[in-house]
Amino acid sequence: MAGSYDLLVIGTGPGGYVCAIRAAQLGLKVAVIEKRATHGGTCLNIGCIPSKALLHASERYEEARHHLAGMGIEVAPKLNLAGMLAFKDQGVKGNVDGVAFLLKKNKIDVFHGLGTLVAPGRIKVARDGAGPEQLEARHIVIATGSDVARLPGIEIDEESVVSSTGALALPRVPKRLLIIGAGVIGLELGSVWRRLGSEVLTVEYLDRILPGTDAEVARGLQRLLMKQGMSFKLSSKVTQIAKNGAQQKVTIEPAAGGAPIGVEADVVLVAVGRVPYTDGLGLEAVGVQLDNKKRIIVDAHYQTNVPGLYAIGDVIAGPMLAHKAEEEGIAVAETLAGQAGHVNYDAIPNVIYTFPEVATVGKSEEELKAANVAYKIGKYPFTANARAKVNKTTEGFVKILADAASDRILGVHIMAAAASEMIAEATAIMEFGGSAEDLARTCHPHPTLTEAVKEAALAVDKRAIHA
Amino acid sequence: MAIEIKVPALGESVTEATVGQWFKQPGDAVAADEPLVELETDKVTIEVPAPSAGVLTDIVVPQGGTVAVGAVLGAIDGAGAQAGAAPKAAAAPAAPASPQAQKPEAQPAAAPPAAKPAERAAPAAEPTLAGDGAMPATPAARKIMAEQGLTPAEVPGSGRRGQILKEDATAALARRDAGPAAATAAGSYLPANVPVPGQALRAPTGPNDAAREERLRMTRLRQTIARRLKEAQHTAAMLTTFNDVDMSAIMKLRSDYKELFEKRYHVKLGFMAFFVKACVQALKEVPAVNAEIDGEDVIYKNYYHIGVAVGTERGLVVPVLREADRLSFAEIEQAIGDFGRRAREGKLGIEEMQGGTFTISNGGVYGSLLSTPILNAPQSGILGMHRIEDRAVVRNGQIVARPIMNLALSYDHRLVDGREAVTFLVRVKEFLEDPQRLVLEL
Repeated sequence: MAGSYDLLVIGTGPGGYVCAIRAAQLGLKVAVIEKRATHGGTCLNIGCIPSKALLHASERYEEARHHLAGMGIEVAPKLNLAGMLAFKDQGVKGNVDGVAFLLKKNKIDVFHGLGTLVAPGRIKVARDGAGPEQLEARHIVIATGSDVARLPGIEIDEESVVSSTGALALPRVPKRLLIIGAGVIGLELGSVWRRLGSEVLTVEYLDRILPGTDAEVARGLQRLLMKQGMSFKLSSKVTQIAKNGAQQKVTIEPAAGGAPIGVEADVVLVAVGRVPYTDGLGLEAVGVQLDNKKRIIVDAHYQTNVPGLYAIGDVIAGPMLAHKAEEEGIAVAETLAGQAGHVNYDAIPNVIYTFPEVATVGKSEEELKAANVAYKIGKYPFTANARAKVNKTTEGFVKILADAASDRILGVHIMAAAASEMIAEATAIMEFGGSAEDLARTCHPHPTLTEAVKEAALAVDKRAIHA
Repeated sequence: MAIEIKVPALGESVTEATVGQWFKQPGDAVAADEPLVELETDKVTIEVPAPSAGVLTDIVVPQGGTVAVGAVLGAIDGAGAQAGAAPKAAAAPAAPASPQAQKPEAQPAAAPPAAKPAERAAPAAEPTLAGDGAMPATPAARKIMAEQGLTPAEVPGSGRRGQILKEDATAALARRDAGPAAATAAGSYLPANVPVPGQALRAPTGPNDAAREERLRMTRLRQTIARRLKEAQHTAAMLTTFNDVDMSAIMKLRSDYKELFEKRYHVKLGFMAFFVKACVQALKEVPAVNAEIDGEDVIYKNYYHIGVAVGTERGLVVPVLREADRLSFAEIEQAIGDFGRRAREGKLGIEEMQGGTFTISNGGVYGSLLSTPILNAPQSGILGMHRIEDRAVVRNGQIVARPIMNLALSYDHRLVDGREAVTFLVRVKEFLEDPQRLVLEL
């Protein structure tokens, strides 16, 4: 029997389920369609959440091996990889079950199966082990997220040549791990396996790691990662992977062309980014317009060229981040309920969970230069921060970029042990249009790493106290 | 250096306004563009912003006074601001102390900027919202302002460096919604699904029913529509006359020339152009329907600005086809198509919806059989179109099927006589049934 709704959301990743819940809060009759058995999309199942579990666990392992002794704790840790993967799986289960609970609590109907648009406002859900379901809705939101980007000529078998999905579940620690792509996924998963014992080589096409991130921060992080034992081959490309028994023979060429070299690896991780996921959605059937990167084109209210059909998150333009998708989901739900829905793309933070972590919000120095904006810089190293000193986590710095004339904060870049938690205050103050002085005049607790943020804000005006 | 606060241009055909609430009292420091006083006109209520930063020294016209465009409302001492927000010395009842009293302290204009005074009455000298580096309203305040159509100029900011806080936005909203008279409970902005306190008039519903009700705040547009429709009903002596029209001739004309027309003008030949043309011609013959009452006078308008009602998701808007008598069929169709598109996107300018002399409302697109449209005040006539359906009619003694549309004309009987209204509608009918007459203007 056909169900009829105010809102149907395809995909229950962070964008989709948040959109559904907000719409239900506002009184709409909502249903979601999910092709996985569990909710949460890439983020919760095979992305942010499991990788954070492994990053956390592997960091504890490395700490036990190398740092605890310095604090007077003598241990002899032994890695149980199966146990660590189980720890990760428990974390994932806790989170996906949480989403299922929230959907139920908000009285949102759930349909499991592949949702396909058959006409504007009509969707067919192909369900496993049951007949297809026909659903109708006044509004439909596409929140199908993204998929692993592939390289031509390189087949991902998720055993010896893996994507991020396979790299989260390797049954043995590879002796040599070669990573293609020095973006966030490559650096995070490379960190995990290096801590667990792999020799890690990362090959990057560009002449720098973390394209798009502030260059000074990226350089600083690369130095630290190399100190930890990771190797990089920049301005290079992988042209071929040949199987040689259990080994992969990888051919690397300079990006600009030149003599190839051969490298052996046990496992190759392809981490060259992600692409919008729209397979089987039936976009052609209703004539949805895509851009040249196969992203769905939407207007300022996230509506596609088909009235009543919306899209949010990784399938549209903008950074592929869970929290960006969430904000868009909220904006769409509120717009549908007659409110003003808006996302401020100038204040969306971005985090890389290496050690130290890198967290940024707003513009990089390169972006400001390109836009001809006159800016001031305030920088403060953690070597001068009391809490970092006692913890012996003095690697990293805080860098604040403020408008030269108005003092308004334009970008904040933090490399620190807990940068992911520290970036929120910078985001909040930017959302409020605050100045470096506003931040400098805000009291920060002592002793914390956050004092470095305040000192960097003071440094914009060249008056840091502890420097 | 007294600067006069004058009544600004109030928009088309508005020459007078009533002074509403003064937000500032003499002696108060004001920032540039901060709202000072409210003016009410028959069309809108506007806030007059401060022409410059300074101290309000004089209120010439108190609340309730009537003023003409250009009249002086009060004065600001522009130099007062630099001297650091004049203390409320003038708070004594004899408020409008002569402006000279404050001049001396304003002299040291070149005095160095006071170095970060610890305390200050108001952030008057600091840039509030003008210019680039200014702080934006806080996120919650921005949302309220976007939803309620408040501009930064309407909301004095009380945060650091003049930032508009959530409480400032709710206060500005309460002020606007309450009007000068009824000061309702503060904080009248509430999320849409929360009942508004102080509005206890509605009888409570049973617990079973209450859970299945949904309370949504009316948008600003909806509130304006509601108020204006009710005003029209209160003011005009409104009644409606009906007729029907045989659409055969126009439908034939359309089908004969549809393709040629579209090829030539890249727009479909619809019905609306015929109705606009027919109305303009009939208005020329019955000028009272194109007139309006202004006090004890009737203003006959020898121009034809035809409003075309457009339904949108947010409510009804009525963009105006200016000089409709000079537009070709293609120009009318293009303009209406463009209005419809932009109305749905909410991109019509206020000036595009002002100045109409007559309105056409097409309820037929929704399938209406018959309706009595409400006047778009201060206009005196509105034509209601309805659905076209085949009906059995008698032609030459034979019963035949013909496409028939009902027409309704609501008019203001204060200046339009029944004879004129009926004649108008008959003329519209004649033009539509025999479109050749439109060409010949017969």
